[in-house]
Amino acid sequence: MSDFVMPSLGADMETGTLVEWRVAPGDRVRKGQVVAVVETDKGAIDIEVFEDGVVEKIYVDPDAEVPVGTPLARIGAGTDARQAGIESSMADAGAEDGGDAKATGRLKPESESESEPEPEPESEPASRPKTEAQRASRPGHGVPPASPAARMRARETGLDLADVQGSGPDGAIVLKDVEAALPDTEIETGARRRRAGFDATEMRRTIAAAMSRSKREIPHYYLATTMDLAAAESWLDNYNHDRPPAERILLSALFMKATALALARHRTLNGHYGDDGFVPADTVNVGMAIHLRGGGLVAPAILDTDTLALPELMVRLQDLVQRARDGGLRGSEIASASATVTALGERGVDSVWGVIHPPQVSMIGFGRPRRQPVAIGDALAVRLAVEVSLAADHRVCDGHLGALFLGEIERQLQQPENL
Amino acid sequence: MNRQQLRQAILEELAGIAPDIDTANVSDNARLRDEYDLDSMDALNLLTALHQRLGISIPERDYARMYTIGDLLEYLGEQSEH
Repeated sequence: MSDFVMPSLGADMETGTLVEWRVAPGDRVRKGQVVAVVETDKGAIDIEVFEDGVVEKIYVDPDAEVPVGTPLARIGAGTDARQAGIESSMADAGAEDGGDAKATGRLKPESESESEPEPEPESEPASRPKTEAQRASRPGHGVPPASPAARMRARETGLDLADVQGSGPDGAIVLKDVEAALPDTEIETGARRRRAGFDATEMRRTIAAAMSRSKREIPHYYLATTMDLAAAESWLDNYNHDRPPAERILLSALFMKATALALARHRTLNGHYGDDGFVPADTVNVGMAIHLRGGGLVAPAILDTDTLALPELMVRLQDLVQRARDGGLRGSEIASASATVTALGERGVDSVWGVIHPPQVSMIGFGRPRRQPVAIGDALAVRLAVEVSLAADHRVCDGHLGALFLGEIERQLQQPENL
Repeated sequence: MNRQQLRQAILEELAGIAPDIDTANVSDNARLRDEYDLDSMDALNLLTALHQRLGISIPERDYARMYTIGDLLEYLGEQSEH
């Protein structure tokens, strides 16, 4: 039994507005099932549950804006149907006092979530380290538990966290509490940032916040090299030749896969940098920077990119782009990227120098694949080639590793049949 | 299917991929990639949609030579006569 909580869908997200429940008390849910829709500054995001079970109680009503980490519903074991039925009627009865549940949504209702083993620790890397950091900092040190954003804001503004009343889970101090303790002018900025609903201005603000933080905190280093695509092009031509459009593969799928395999080999570039320093991710979830028609940018991830065969990866890529533009991105896709690829070459530029998306530590950029003169042995040949760049976090690794990493991507691209 | 119907089919599928395009005022000579900001995935989705709708599978090598709606119209017109 455990609580299903408001997930963190990005480094700068402090609250989310629950807009819709897709399940009701008594419903059986499966791991990965979309159970709720949450409105964030990235638009409406589908939120999945990370375990099998039965929805026993819903704590938060639609339209409620709650801090990240707030329990939204209780998911029980529900191992037999009879129990599920009983729990269901209990939950229905409990639903009467919905207003009460909403008011107490911040409280941790039961103690079970602490003792229950988490089935999928790798599923929410963005929120996990935060929780652990809170636990680690709690006892004995006189430091109140606080979210990283709250701590950062307190540092920025010179506020002592000991003077702040926490309203998060277990009394943790969240960004909202820090802002409440600040003078009026500061609150206004925060209130504007927390406004729910998607619009271009809001998205621009989100991008501005994340990128400013990146440039402020992350000491980027940059490397680039030109990679020969002759082998990849010829393999792709051959693969696509007799296939209908629906089954064809694009070069960008090869780029994603080659990058994922290189990340799997060089784990120091694949993970998140939090309050406790760098934590490598257990899985390789490559984020894909997707330009939204009409303005804006999102970078949802393809989970376990390194394990997917190219045709499957291609289908996922198309699906991801479609959902990024039409809505229906999932929480796990938004929050779990362990590194990001940007392929701006589609727009006709030869190279792109990425800005790392915190808390990630690397951004890989693919420029425009184009035919160019290349020395092959003693002769000059015209080959399809692409400039690939790496922006990486110098707090985590050095250019030496970055060079090995780019070399690995190049090696992978020379053997497209093995991708 | 005459040229006008074919054009209509292309524009409808294009609108499905890029809803922001004002299909009433599209020029047949405008370059899809540059003027309408279609990337390679948009282009592939357009080919897939046209294949499903018209039963004509445009090979990639042929598509690489098509830059405008006019080019597409001409190609599809020839193919649908066979």
